Amino acid sequence: MVKIALVSCGTEYSGIQKEIEKAANKFGAEIILPEIDLDYIDESYEKFGFSAQSSSLKLMIARAMAIVEGRSRPDAVFIATCFRCAEAALVRNEVRRFIQNNTRIPVVTYSFTERTKADELFIRMEALATTVTRRSILAREKQEGLTLGLDSGSTTTKAVLMENNQVIGTGWTATKDIIESAKTAAAEAFGQTDYDWDDLDGIGTTGYGRFTMGQEFKAELIQEELSVNAKGAVYLADCQKGEATVLDIGGMDNKVITVNNGIPDNFTMGGICAGASGRFLDMTSRRLDVDITELGPLAVQGDWRKAMLNSYCIVFGIQDLVTTLAAGGSKADVAAAACHSVSEQVYEQQLQEIDIREPLIQVGGTSLISGLVEAVSETLGGIEVIVPEYSQHIGAVGAALLVSGMGHRQDDK
Amino acid sequence: MVKIAVYPPNSLILADLLERKGHTPLVLQKQIRQKIKDPEIDSPPMNITEDDPIQGLKYAAIEVPSGVRGRMAIIGPLIDEAEAAIVVDGAPYGFGCIGCARTNELSIFLLRNKGIPVLELNYPTNQDETYVMVNQINDFVDSLEETDKEEE
Repeated sequence: MVKIALVSCGTEYSGIQKEIEKAANKFGAEIILPEIDLDYIDESYEKFGFSAQSSSLKLMIARAMAIVEGRSRPDAVFIATCFRCAEAALVRNEVRRFIQNNTRIPVVTYSFTERTKADELFIRMEALATTVTRRSILAREKQEGLTLGLDSGSTTTKAVLMENNQVIGTGWTATKDIIESAKTAAAEAFGQTDYDWDDLDGIGTTGYGRFTMGQEFKAELIQEELSVNAKGAVYLADCQKGEATVLDIGGMDNKVITVNNGIPDNFTMGGICAGASGRFLDMTSRRLDVDITELGPLAVQGDWRKAMLNSYCIVFGIQDLVTTLAAGGSKADVAAAACHSVSEQVYEQQLQEIDIREPLIQVGGTSLISGLVEAVSETLGGIEVIVPEYSQHIGAVGAALLVSGMGHRQDDK
Repeated sequence: MVKIAVYPPNSLILADLLERKGHTPLVLQKQIRQKIKDPEIDSPPMNITEDDPIQGLKYAAIEVPSGVRGRMAIIGPLIDEAEAAIVVDGAPYGFGCIGCARTNELSIFLLRNKGIPVLELNYPTNQDETYVMVNQINDFVDSLEETDKEEE
């Protein structure tokens, strides 16, 4: 069983301890607390050097030290502190960095409220468990046979058909009914080839609807999108060796994943604010009366500094953009400001939580918005951002790649 | 008999000192014990659920972290009930500890502002200081007894 060390302060007082354990258990993992004695708390705390006032934070530091010094040997670490606690946020970040700099253990951080439920933690726990238990699958570098990847996202459903390491068909449709949307996207992908469902060797599913699709289509692989997207990104960007960072700004949440030799080793996932998601850009394009595909090129022509934007909020921020237009501002400047706003917020909320390793591979539907890609590069000090071909189908490509070798439908026949 | 809040609120030593004097120590362990014994709640390890931080809104606003409000849901009623208080500052974890500096600040502030007799002490660092601390606590408790009798 995968052992996930809980390094936290106050989960039991917030009433969410059970939810954390429930999320871990669902994916065959168990939560452990690194055992330490009272003297070790003071010893580690002094060694670490952060003058925290709260003793639970000192305990957090000591537990992190126990992991780094090998007194406790978990397979993964889950660091959680209360949302809105400044002191805890500082310690959480430093403890995360400390573990990452001194071990190869995958770490994920989370700031919780009393409303945190197991469902919100599932994807994080599943990804932690996957990086530990399914390394052999994640090590796959080449697609073989004929496989279908299905990605049921919050906004769109994607399908990718791959054969002998090549993408031979793609499909994309708005997510409505999960199964019907998947069938529509798959039909589009099959339509570009001479194949049909009966010819497949295997099916991999990912995204929010992965379990529903997986059950319906009897998928050989049902996998959360953090691992799948990371794998798909390094595969498409031809960065399977060495290090890279994958950024996926999605319709409902954002993912930042660091990868080493094709295997994800750390990630953060945001999902608190729609202002930091593709939805913000979708709404901006509607207010500008341009198609979402035109927003990127428009933003590249504009200057975000010329459009007043006082809020990241999807309601008030967009209202600011409308005010700019009413005052005679150009559509291009407004589009640029919207892209800059999303990129800046993703940076503030997530990219700072992870040590960016170049190259940065941007994927997901929003990676087609060139203005956003440019804004991300600018926000990160001008680093190289790679947008590979089929980046908008990333989850489906990753699922089709990872399921290859697992499906033997033709052998059975 | 006086109901006396102690801080740290889970200090076994302070609770024992007060019980020996025939007073009622208002301590965390009794509150937690009640929760753990409640068969209708299944939220280990302490049976604190998401309802507790919401109840903690009585003591701290919504922008205060859930961990503080969850703690206040347990400690707050003890403060409400207190007729006197003993606060020990700078105690090591083994003496009693609630784990959160913000909860400490709020709880001690509420005790100080309740208008009840409050004895504030520094945790002793040697044997002599320990004798002094125990004597101060005994004197304080005796003075409460006298006030109690006068009121009767």
